[in-house]
Amino acid sequence: MIGRPTRTGQALRYAALAAYVIFLGFPLVWLLSTAFKPPRELVALHPTLVPVHPTVQNFVQAFTEQDLGRAALNSLQVSLASAVLTVLVALPASYALARFRTRLGTVALGWVLLSQLFPFVLLIIPIFLVLREIGLANTHAGLVLIYVVWALPFALWMLQGFVRNIPRELEEAASVDGATRLQILRRVVLPLLAPGVVATAVFAFISAWNEFFFALVLIKTPDLATLPVALARFVGIEGTARLGPLAAGSLLATLPSLIFFAVMQRRLSSGSLAGAVKG
Amino acid sequence: MSTATVTAVPATTDRRARQRSDRTGMYLLLLPSLLPIALLSVFPLLRGIYLGFTDARAGRNVEVSFTGLANYRELLGDDLFWNSFKVGLLWAFSVTILQFLLALGLALLLNERLRFRGVARVLSVVPWAMPPVVVGILWKLVYHPDAGLLNEVLYRIGADGMRHTWLGDFSTALPAVIIVGVWAGLPQTTVVLLAGLQGVPRELHEAAAVDGAGSWQRFRSVTLPALTPVVIAITSLDFIWNFNSFGLVYVLTAGGPGGKTMLPMLFAYEEAFRYGNYGYAAALGNVMVILIVALLALYLRRRLREANT
Repeated sequence: MIGRPTRTGQALRYAALAAYVIFLGFPLVWLLSTAFKPPRELVALHPTLVPVHPTVQNFVQAFTEQDLGRAALNSLQVSLASAVLTVLVALPASYALARFRTRLGTVALGWVLLSQLFPFVLLIIPIFLVLREIGLANTHAGLVLIYVVWALPFALWMLQGFVRNIPRELEEAASVDGATRLQILRRVVLPLLAPGVVATAVFAFISAWNEFFFALVLIKTPDLATLPVALARFVGIEGTARLGPLAAGSLLATLPSLIFFAVMQRRLSSGSLAGAVKG
Repeated sequence: MSTATVTAVPATTDRRARQRSDRTGMYLLLLPSLLPIALLSVFPLLRGIYLGFTDARAGRNVEVSFTGLANYRELLGDDLFWNSFKVGLLWAFSVTILQFLLALGLALLLNERLRFRGVARVLSVVPWAMPPVVVGILWKLVYHPDAGLLNEVLYRIGADGMRHTWLGDFSTALPAVIIVGVWAGLPQTTVVLLAGLQGVPRELHEAAAVDGAGSWQRFRSVTLPALTPVVIAITSLDFIWNFNSFGLVYVLTAGGPGGKTMLPMLFAYEEAFRYGNYGYAAALGNVMVILIVALLALYLRRRLREANT
């Protein structure tokens, strides 16, 4: 047992912890409370922390008046397509990267890090021009394409880590039993890779769901806007009474990733995801 | 994992022939990934860097000509450019440093056996799960002059005189935005540092304690040195992310009031997509990359030299 902390030391620690909880938590409580406040309470001279007469009216209004429902549907389509495509494209490549020693693997991983350095503005103009040339500017297909490419380096990195964890002997045993390569991949590797596939899909889904910059630049038709862009536009027309639906919409936009993080929370803080990321 | 070294099957010629055919297979497997990355990531990036040396503008069939360093000469005389870089550096340094210090404190607390640790752990991940746009909206609600949490709290504790239009006031806009940046990035930095802390061998702490080292001394001479590689990595990444950040401040202030929160990316976005100056915006992007690389090189060289002595 090392250094039993003193009483004051312990009290200070709890005070610090409380300060963190307030700093991190209060703004969240405020969002929650604003989302459930009726308009009268929103424009009140002195707003309360907890809604006096909570209502779901804001959620209804967000969907009907602000058309956030359509935006959410757009986001769902784009994110699902990105997730599926990312997995389909990354799956074969990550197998190759994990099972064959190749310089390409190092290059791909290096690109993950290097690509962080460059501000999006250097990418967005040429991408915008390319998409326009092939007729995909201002379409969901174009956006999905960009999201897949953007998620790929990290997805490859993560998935190849999962592949490496599958013992080679399993594949060799199957091959001794006379299974073809394709059979081995389908019957042996793929089932064992399921958790990795799910993790990759979720990662691609969340990054597409949260993404703002590319969607803002590439999508011009309001009806095609994704949720973050629709919410950002909504900010522009705020009046105090509009804050309720805005908060409600924001809350809904957070739900998918919040659920994901809730599931992953234990793994995140215990560091057992590290293996997946480090490979 | 080291499964490769454990394989018991001897390498027969048959297997070698098979591996050769596998190599062609490998390239086939890699192609669907590498082709899109090349076409929509590497190639555009190179083209973007090149655009920074041209007079490219928005619009169809506009002729683009190479102008060498003309954009950069213009940037040097552009007050808005200097302002955005000043704001960008101020923002990136403040957010990164505050984020690191706060995250280190939180990680140390979470690493100890304290009650309510679970609550703090869960809370410390929530901002991470939020889309940046939502974080912006959330804090707009907190800073709202009439319906905001902050002004109401100030009123309740009797500091009514301190009420502000936080995001609209020239003097408070940047600090207010910096706090949001810290809040948004705190979780990730904390989780990384916490993982680093859990990698510090317990025996080292115990040995130091036996030698009579107090908790501060143990922190300085055991924890901190063991944590150095993690610290270097996360502060570097945080700085890059912060300097290049966009969505959060776009929602909060869109660069206002009077350019007080005009980050370089916001400025570049306006130049490119409001005024259509593609070449000029790309030049700005190039300068951002050069600046980041130079700062990182300085930082890494210093930290690595410190670590070696």
